[in-house]
Amino acid sequence: MKLVTGIIQPHRLDDVKSALEAAGVRGMTVSEASGYGRQKGHTEVYRGAEYTVDLVPKVRIEVLVDDADSTVVTDVIVKAAQTGKIGDGKVWTVPVDDVARVRTGEHGPGAL
Amino acid sequence: MVVAEVLGDGSALDAGNTAWMLVSASLVLLMTPGLAFFYGGMVRSKSVLNMMMMSFGAMAVIGVVYVLWGWSMSYGSSVGGLFGNPVEQFGLKGIFESTPDGYVYAMSEGLPVIVDVGFQVTFAIITVALISGAIADRVKFGTWLVFTGLWVTLSYFPMAHMVWGGGLLSGDGPFASIAEPIDFAGGTVVHINAGAAALVLALVVGKRKGFGSEPMRPHNLPFVMLGAALLWFGWFGFNAGSAYGATGDAGLAWVNTTTATAAAIIGWLATEKIRDGHATSLGAASGVVAGLVAITPAAGSLSPLGSIILGVVAGVLSALAVGLKYKWGYDDSLDVVGVHLVAGLWGTVGIGFLATETGLFYGGGVNQLVVQVIIALVAVAFSLVVTAVIALALKATLGWRVSEDAEVGGIDLAVHGETAYETIQQGSVIKEVRA
Repeated sequence: MKLVTGIIQPHRLDDVKSALEAAGVRGMTVSEASGYGRQKGHTEVYRGAEYTVDLVPKVRIEVLVDDADSTVVTDVIVKAAQTGKIGDGKVWTVPVDDVARVRTGEHGPGAL
Repeated sequence: MVVAEVLGDGSALDAGNTAWMLVSASLVLLMTPGLAFFYGGMVRSKSVLNMMMMSFGAMAVIGVVYVLWGWSMSYGSSVGGLFGNPVEQFGLKGIFESTPDGYVYAMSEGLPVIVDVGFQVTFAIITVALISGAIADRVKFGTWLVFTGLWVTLSYFPMAHMVWGGGLLSGDGPFASIAEPIDFAGGTVVHINAGAAALVLALVVGKRKGFGSEPMRPHNLPFVMLGAALLWFGWFGFNAGSAYGATGDAGLAWVNTTTATAAAIIGWLATEKIRDGHATSLGAASGVVAGLVAITPAAGSLSPLGSIILGVVAGVLSALAVGLKYKWGYDDSLDVVGVHLVAGLWGTVGIGFLATETGLFYGGGVNQLVVQVIIALVAVAFSLVVTAVIALALKATLGWRVSEDAEVGGIDLAVHGETAYETIQQGSVIKEVRA
């Protein structure tokens, strides 16, 4: 099993969610995040005092998938989240040892 | 009704004017909670409650002090032109009498004096509350409460007496031989007085930890705009109420107040757009207050066209002035100096140029201008000295600052035992109910 994690632009979330649903993904976890990559932050000026805001708002989307599906899911997220501008985000995959479904207690791929 | 002849001028009640003054007093009282929102939104989320409590604390202390000796010190018999006799009308003695037929009220030109007391107490409250913006996030609440009582007694009541109570800076004072000083609703008494006090407190209390290096951006700009809106609304009582009646003068003051304020927004936003690239919401809210401050002394003696000039200049001047604290290294946290002192000075002096009867631009010569500069400078000097004495005395006794841990961790929790916002459920349980 794999955990696919995407950090994307907040305004792309709806499209990514729809694309994942269309691709057959039945569940995901979404959380608000903040950070920066090459985009860096921006500046804000309050009564003449300039602040550099390094961390910009992002959305983190996490999907647990079968080994075989991880590349497809990654591509679906990338395609739906892409605007072509700096700050679009990253998607990465890590191996997962085990998954348990809380309701039934079953383990492994069947719990996905 | 022998008593009625003893109290006041014995004039008959003017119900229309009295109704307007009761409304005006209520409007001005609303300004202080409005200020609490204006200031509260500008501080960090860990100190918003303390910031708002400083305004409410001013309401608590001065609401009591005013009826004890505040009215008497402002409008009682003059002691050397500096302040009224605090004992003479202590506890509002002589303002009303209880008789078997009901209460009898002292009258002044158709207005029960008790209504004027209500109107005046709200001015005293807001003036002291204004100062709190200079010392955000770092001051012991108890010291602040003691300061409010001392400062209103030693600085505000004397200034109110000097300007409005027939003292040194009034039409009965020595400068009236040049021209009658004009301070319609409190450019000197309220704004220069509070602004100069704010400068002293910022210097005596010292900077917030991390001032100039750590980010201290406003945590809730919608609060700031809500506060500015409430201030504007309440200011109609402040300025149009200072006409002391439901009259054309009140209407002119109302229109001048709105016109100057609108122009000041434009002035502030244009300055920001040119210098920083953006017209900000904080700038608009700040422009509102700068315009209101500037028109306060002038609302009764300018035309609406003059008010446009007064307002736009106020907006530009204050927008430029708020950056000086970084250059000069004093932490006037919420720019009480940059807004109230600067716009208060401009409004008071600007009358000398723009007053329709006596202003320089209207062919009135320089006399009004000279007198306006004099009363502005006297107000600055008086407030600086009195505030310095009070602030240093409190520093040596009660102390001003909370501990560094309390300041960094958040003064709301340290001083009030509360936090403004529950950002995540922290699993709190009720431990004990005290009844």
